[in-house]
Amino acid sequence: MRGRRILLSLILTAIVLPARAEEVIAAVASNFAAPMKVIAAAFEESTGHRVRLAFGSSGKFFAQVSNGAPFDIFLSADQAKPHALLNAGLAEPGSAFTYAIGRLVLWSPVTGRVSDGPGALREGGYRKLALANPRLAPYGAAAVQVLGSLELVETTRSRWVQGENISQAFQFVATGNAELGFVALSQVMKEGRIARGSGWVVPSSMHRPIRQDAVLLEQGAENPAARALLAFLRSPRSAALIESRGYQLPVSEE
Amino acid sequence: MGFSEADWIAIGLTLRLAVTVTILLLLLGTPIAWWLARTSSRWKGPVSALVALPLVLPPSVLGFYLLLSMGPGGPIGQLTTSLGWGTLPFTFWGLVVASLFYSLPFVVQPIQNAIEAIGERPLEVAATLRAGPWDRFFTVVLPQARPGFISAAILGFAHTVGEFGVILMIGGNIPGETRVVSVQVYDYVEMMQYDKAHWLSGGMLLFSFVVLLALYGFRHQRSHAALRMGAVQ
Repeated sequence: MRGRRILLSLILTAIVLPARAEEVIAAVASNFAAPMKVIAAAFEESTGHRVRLAFGSSGKFFAQVSNGAPFDIFLSADQAKPHALLNAGLAEPGSAFTYAIGRLVLWSPVTGRVSDGPGALREGGYRKLALANPRLAPYGAAAVQVLGSLELVETTRSRWVQGENISQAFQFVATGNAELGFVALSQVMKEGRIARGSGWVVPSSMHRPIRQDAVLLEQGAENPAARALLAFLRSPRSAALIESRGYQLPVSEE
Repeated sequence: MGFSEADWIAIGLTLRLAVTVTILLLLLGTPIAWWLARTSSRWKGPVSALVALPLVLPPSVLGFYLLLSMGPGGPIGQLTTSLGWGTLPFTFWGLVVASLFYSLPFVVQPIQNAIEAIGERPLEVAATLRAGPWDRFFTVVLPQARPGFISAAILGFAHTVGEFGVILMIGGNIPGETRVVSVQVYDYVEMMQYDKAHWLSGGMLLFSFVVLLALYGFRHQRSHAALRMGAVQ
């Protein structure tokens, strides 16, 4: 009986005790998962702090943070959600910054299918065109802007299949269920070039920039490691890594 | 503010999907349930386990395998392409096929239980009265197992209406084709349009409660009826 009570109190203590001060819990938009893992590992190595990464859709993180989720920092896939959190008083004023600007690519897993231009879109010969849901995901909205500037929205609309986020759009193309898709360059780029299949890197002038903002959340305001991780994210070392993974950086940062 | 036009399209699509799946599952599930209820084959265990798999498998696993197998490189995809139907993901019939797997145990198990509860005796009696197998099924099994069939239909319907993860994986969010109510709610939450999400979510909550209330009310009635019959006997 006594043993059980001790065990119970131990379990309760483990649950109730706040996370150690030098631990950061980061909510990260899924499109930035791969670079963030590398950045977090480098950060842990150079500072001794620990980072726990949660990947998911920005909209879900917004809902969770609004309802008390224990995240210290938030790397969104857009600017709207960090700013909505700032307006709601759930993030540290002045802490938001653009950590990456996404690049869009028209991609097919088949070599030679997409040449360097919008030709594959105009020629037809495909049944499905995958994109992220433009109402939810900045990459989807950008894809629709590109189709708009090519005057292809109406002719292709019946062939759109929408992923809930850019990861799902990629999944639809990668499994061959859609022949073409607008995906994030970061999903198909390795060592500075498109690693598999064929793609057209859409000029960034054809859509509004996909600015992805990070913000320090109220939860992490007192956590020095959280501020340190955000600073690390803006360091030249991270910048080089972010660019090598298919993102651009805001001009003032470079 | 009520439901938008897009909401009504999603509601109509969801109901159409659930009705189609329920009818097909009653047709496909009944022979499976019948066989499972009466067989003593060594395959009974493995088949029961297969039928029950969707109860424990995460929808992401089911959706992942369906996306691969129904795609152009998968076995189902190659079959449907060779039949000239194209591939199934992102289509209404793709959702139907996925839902058949997903809701199968909810239809098979109540029917199987009901058939098992009838036992051998009424069927033997019917056989001595020269009723053939089909005759026995329609005049003995169907009337006696009716509560099982009704439970199966309600559960299959409700479970299909409540489907989300699998549809998210293979649907592609096409209005009027694959954007069902649960996906629409997800979209609203993602877009931070919580007031619209509330309308649809509240509707789903009410709907689910009423369906379950009907199911339990119906079962309650049956058990009273059974008690009365027992008293008479």
